[in-house]
Amino acid sequence: MKQEKSNISRRDFFKAGTFIIGGLTVTSVFTPFNGLLFATEAPEGKGKWYGIGIDINKCIGCGKCANACKLENNVPKEPFYFRSWVEQYTIKNDGSVVVESPNGGIDGFKQSIPDEEIFKSFFVPKMCNHCAKSPCVQVCPVGATFESPEGIVLVDESYCIGCRYCVQACPYGCRYIHPEKGTVDKCTLCVHRLEKDLQPACFEICPTEARIFGDLNDPKSNINYFLKNHTCMVIKPHLNTGSKLFYNALSSEVR
Amino acid sequence: MENHIQNLNEVLSQVDGYVYPNEIELNWSILIVLYPYITGLVAGAFILASLERIFKLHILKPTYGLALLTALSFMLVATMPLVSHLGKPFRAYEIMVTPHLSSAMAIFGFVYLWYLLVVLLLEIWFDYRRDMVLWANETTGFKRFLYKVLSLWTTDISPKAIALDDKMGYIVTIIGVPSAFLLHGYVGFIFGSIKANPWWSTVLMPVIFLFSAIVSGIALVMLIYIIISKIRKIKIDMACLDMIASYLFYILVIDFVLEGLDQVHRIYEAEESFEVLHKLVFGRLFFTLFIMQGLIGTIVPLLTLGTIQFYKPKEKLRKVIYLITAALILIGVFFMRWNVVIGGQLFSKSFYGYTSFKIGLIGAEGYLMAAVWLVVPLLILSFLIWLLPPWKKKESMSEIKEA
Repeated sequence: MKQEKSNISRRDFFKAGTFIIGGLTVTSVFTPFNGLLFATEAPEGKGKWYGIGIDINKCIGCGKCANACKLENNVPKEPFYFRSWVEQYTIKNDGSVVVESPNGGIDGFKQSIPDEEIFKSFFVPKMCNHCAKSPCVQVCPVGATFESPEGIVLVDESYCIGCRYCVQACPYGCRYIHPEKGTVDKCTLCVHRLEKDLQPACFEICPTEARIFGDLNDPKSNINYFLKNHTCMVIKPHLNTGSKLFYNALSSEVR
Repeated sequence: MENHIQNLNEVLSQVDGYVYPNEIELNWSILIVLYPYITGLVAGAFILASLERIFKLHILKPTYGLALLTALSFMLVATMPLVSHLGKPFRAYEIMVTPHLSSAMAIFGFVYLWYLLVVLLLEIWFDYRRDMVLWANETTGFKRFLYKVLSLWTTDISPKAIALDDKMGYIVTIIGVPSAFLLHGYVGFIFGSIKANPWWSTVLMPVIFLFSAIVSGIALVMLIYIIISKIRKIKIDMACLDMIASYLFYILVIDFVLEGLDQVHRIYEAEESFEVLHKLVFGRLFFTLFIMQGLIGTIVPLLTLGTIQFYKPKEKLRKVIYLITAALILIGVFFMRWNVVIGGQLFSKSFYGYTSFKIGLIGAEGYLMAAVWLVVPLLILSFLIWLLPPWKKKESMSEIKEA
């Protein structure tokens, strides 16, 4: 009897072993295809999960955020490299739209359209949307750009090969190739400041508190309060990038 | 660096409407135009060679070896414009060592190596092994040594061994055709899968890339065949050339229909991006799209090749027509790549404006460097033709015995 039992268990052992090895082989064959599923589902942030809110009604277009960002993060001063900038939208009476952002708004704005032609005008601060299903992260061929567990899209510049595919893939124009480093550069949500419990530079400098950020997983956070009490929208929602930059009072003209 | 900034300042003055500040700089330049162009030539030339091998179209025999060597010459250069365009070229190997599998670009290294090592080199090796053994016996000195190395010191040219070579070559070709489709369809996917860019993001992109690749590859082999025959002062096999031209015509028709379908679909759906693209094609892309790609590269070749299907002028005239048509098609496909790669970056993703493309004569991304990357494959081809002349291959066993 004893012998019989051990025979069965040996058979079971081989059965299970075959099953496991076979399963692993099959999975490893199909694992690469998981890459296809990247944008189908957003990762779930378990701890802090940062989101950003910008209140267009509060923005006065002073451009201090864009300037603070450049100073804080050593962004090249030339007007072709921005992690954060401000756009001025002017809707004319005939419905046409004029968008301007001279030097990213750092030097302030001058309205180029005569008053009598203007239907309405407003400012839209722009920065990385820290998307949960980031097209830029999706396309990086070496994985140099990644989403941190807190939902911040970052770049490992010691690893980036400078292929510029992510620059092409970002629908919001938030990335540029650093002219000296040859690698890609973008908003980090001032992660070096967050680590010290400081606010990102552009948030801290904003004189009208048009920008807030916080933990989307915390029901009592600023950002959740903001989202609950305003009618918020992301830019280009049809692209399903999982953008976590929410605008209050976003006009349909803004792209 | 200073030059770069100066360039950007000039571009800034040419911006029309509004573009995001980071978009003033065009990120993918002429080198990235060359990349799909060169890989396309490879895929197309290989597919022409495969027609002969798989479908036993022996009429195409005079171009078989030439097509394979052409494919190899361009393949060896295909990655160069890509790597030299990188901000950090010395990190290029990372793409092979730690590929990020959700990226359409990550697999390129593997697809490339598969195609180069498993398909092209193997097929050529099996095809030439017997001849390399024979040539090693006929030659002396360094050339003899080269043949010995290339044939991997094999010496067996018994009928059995040759039959095995042939069978293996056939199997490799059968693997090769889907691989060629994969190689270029995949290059199309790199662009077609970018949802942020409405000029690129179309499901037809891989198919369009593939067919334009076949068109360009066939045209290239045709051109090279005519020129080489002229240089060697031998008579061109007109039956072969006519056959190639008719394939070229049919595939050009398919290519034209596909690209037309893509545009019809775009116009009919007229999505959010329609207006900005409409102004783009009638503005900054007008010359390269309508004149170079459309008229010179597609309509004229379609008309000439189409006419020849029904009415065949005298051989001498036909040769000239084929030569010119092949050249026009090559120019047209180059501009097709240009319109995709450069065109896709000329408009802002805000859909409110346009930037412009400035390219210099010199520098790593200038016209001269681009020309170098197109000339180098031809030099490699000349070397390969010197080393492995397709027309000196012995066709039958009796010839071998005589040798």
